[in-house]
Amino acid sequence: MVKKRLIPCLDVRDGRTVKGIQFEGLRDAGDPVALAARYAFEGADELVFLDITATNQRRQPLTELVRDIARVLDIPFTVGGGISTVADVEALLLSGADKVSINSAALARPAFISDLARRFGSQCVVVAVDARLVDEEWQVMTRAGTTPTGRQAVDWCRMAADLGAGELLLTSMSHDGTKAGFALELTRAVSDAVSVPVIASGGAGQPSDFTAVFEAGGADAALAASIFHFNETALPALKQYLHTAGIAVRL
Amino acid sequence: MEIAVVDYKGGNVQSVLFALERLGAQPILTADPEVLRRADKVLFPGEGEASSAMQALRESGLDLVLPTLTQPFLGICLGMQLLGTHSDENDTPMLGLLPFQVQRFVPDADHKVPHMGWNNLQALRGPLLAGLTEADHVYFVHSYYAPVGAYTIAQAEHPAPFSAAVQHRNFYGVQFHTEKSGGVGTRILANFLAL
Repeated sequence: MVKKRLIPCLDVRDGRTVKGIQFEGLRDAGDPVALAARYAFEGADELVFLDITATNQRRQPLTELVRDIARVLDIPFTVGGGISTVADVEALLLSGADKVSINSAALARPAFISDLARRFGSQCVVVAVDARLVDEEWQVMTRAGTTPTGRQAVDWCRMAADLGAGELLLTSMSHDGTKAGFALELTRAVSDAVSVPVIASGGAGQPSDFTAVFEAGGADAALAASIFHFNETALPALKQYLHTAGIAVRL
Repeated sequence: MEIAVVDYKGGNVQSVLFALERLGAQPILTADPEVLRRADKVLFPGEGEASSAMQALRESGLDLVLPTLTQPFLGICLGMQLLGTHSDENDTPMLGLLPFQVQRFVPDADHKVPHMGWNNLQALRGPLLAGLTEADHVYFVHSYYAPVGAYTIAQAEHPAPFSAAVQHRNFYGVQFHTEKSGGVGTRILANFLAL
């Protein structure tokens, strides 16, 4: 059977990982290529690189970084952050990215999802959805979570899947950074509403949070950043914990 | 040893090139029939949609070249599916080197489509998968599959068994991504280069 995936997320700005890393023996802790190789060695099932460079000059350096990552990495990786054109996506895929993650551009023009799916195949189109709980409704936010869209999260996820998204990266902004666990009800509602895989994100704090999001949340994969970066929870120990808890993972 | 990777503008071949380079090979990306014929090994990566891939092959004449190759040949993902006779993906006639018809997975509550992620291999046999066991996992991303048949050299389940790897004569195919399957995938690529 297909296994539940654990996906470390690396925020990249100007070619460097932003959050501090404390891996032993990693001389240059900010180097995303070295960090990616380390995560792969430790048993990461995939990686996500989120480019948070806030300039319009980042395109070329990003494709160079993607090439450098693809040269050493033997597991799949997704690249996201500010992708808005078919040309952006083509450049990243040709450089060796396996998937791209799109967010605001898909909300601004949902047909962008179907354009990409037709051109490159659904398997490489991840639609990232940032949701915030407002008045007991999960609302979709855009522009790095700053602007409400008026869309309801489950509806938008269903629409994105229908348009050709091969996977959904669902982030609860209400849980992100809290380390109080994933948004289980939201994840379950989306997972039940679509037939494509769902990556849950936001709120990971301890190993039991992952058990909960895979079981109660019905997630196919779980993404986290800080608990891996700061080595609070090492990947091998987390996988062993999940295995013991009866979750099917790749050991 | 000359390693040729078929260039038909049909998918992301960069990862396969990098994986071969990590094994010390110097692969040539080509659509030139002469280069393909004289290569010691030919790899055929594929991604995307079946009918446009077949159209690209026809436009370049490769649909007639590939079936005549006699050296070890490895189709990856869509590159494996194209070895069959037909795909339900847009009702597409394929190369017809192996007698299977590619079908779409039907999702249920516990089985998403695409079948995406790491799955273990079962009922392995033959030199391509030498040294691997049923505990080994490889990375899949696909919505269509080849059924199990006499040509199957490994299977996986989603939820029913399907062909994870196939072989007929010199033509090998893997549904998963060898180039993205960690050390297990590297082992399979090394096995292929050693055929």
